Amino acid sequence: MHIMEGFLPHPWWEIWFALSLPVVAYGVYRMNQIIKERRDTLPLLAVSGAFIFVLSSLKMPSVTGSCSHPTGTGMGAIIFGPWITSVMAMIVLIYQAVFLAHGGLTTLGANTFSMGIAGPVVGYFVYKLAMKSGLNLYVAVFLAAMLADWATYIVTSIQLALAFPAASGGVLTSLEAFATVFAITQVPLAIVEGAVTALMFKYIVQLRSDVLLRMKVVSPGTIESLKEASA
Amino acid sequence: MKLELITLGIIVVFIAAFAYISSTQNHEWGGADGQAEDVISQLTGGTYQPWFHSIYTPPSAEIESLLFALQAAIGSMIIGYFLGYYRALAKMKEAATAAEQEGKSNA
Repeated sequence: MHIMEGFLPHPWWEIWFALSLPVVAYGVYRMNQIIKERRDTLPLLAVSGAFIFVLSSLKMPSVTGSCSHPTGTGMGAIIFGPWITSVMAMIVLIYQAVFLAHGGLTTLGANTFSMGIAGPVVGYFVYKLAMKSGLNLYVAVFLAAMLADWATYIVTSIQLALAFPAASGGVLTSLEAFATVFAITQVPLAIVEGAVTALMFKYIVQLRSDVLLRMKVVSPGTIESLKEASA
Repeated sequence: MKLELITLGIIVVFIAAFAYISSTQNHEWGGADGQAEDVISQLTGGTYQPWFHSIYTPPSAEIESLLFALQAAIGSMIIGYFLGYYRALAKMKEAATAAEQEGKSNA
């Protein structure tokens, strides 16, 4: 989903920065707040950030014969919400832009928007909705992480299509071309990411369900029924 | 264990799909990010020139893979550390409660 350095013309790179920076700024504020008020969540914050670090470094081959990478933002979005996750995603994107020539500093705004904001927002609401409709916790996590990953790549396609409308057919024709590259390649990767995130979430529930309960990520009833099922 | 097996199953299918496609078809397995560049040059008739270049580009594929591996290693280290820490913490709490109960029953 990285839009390469210099590949977003004026005014698009400014627009995406203008949309992303306020979110990240508020995310920093929220992150400071949570670190001060709830020190017991700090390890989970580190694990969620590290999870993004690991997953976004794995470039995996897909059925389309090209490689892409998962985003890892689903877990942070479920536990800490999109605001804080946007900060963690931006840190990863800066690392990759500066040291790896992956993505770029001029496209950082757009990339933060797709990976750090759009994806996590989708993941967050999918999780809430799935839990409300009574799905199994891990199925909910799977769906949230998978769709967060996929939404990220859809948004990247939209960003590129808006900046490069086709001469004949305009934005929609471009969108089709970019979505062919990103969205289809991403389907198998998103499924794997969903499964791995669900597994990771299971370990966190096993070890620190108390923190998840306090943060209201899961309800006491959900934990009870999971414990009964495993007993 | 069920979730572990399901995840393993999904990963096996994923690898099998890759093995099948890479042995039956000819692909470059390049990055999707780079392919988007090709689409851009098709759409603009090759006129678009990036107006800014990466401030640092890894001098070789080896260095690049080193930095990617470093990224993954840092992340895994943090995850492993805290999950191990939590696990030990849970074990110690269990042991402490067990000892407490034993003390009560002796008294």
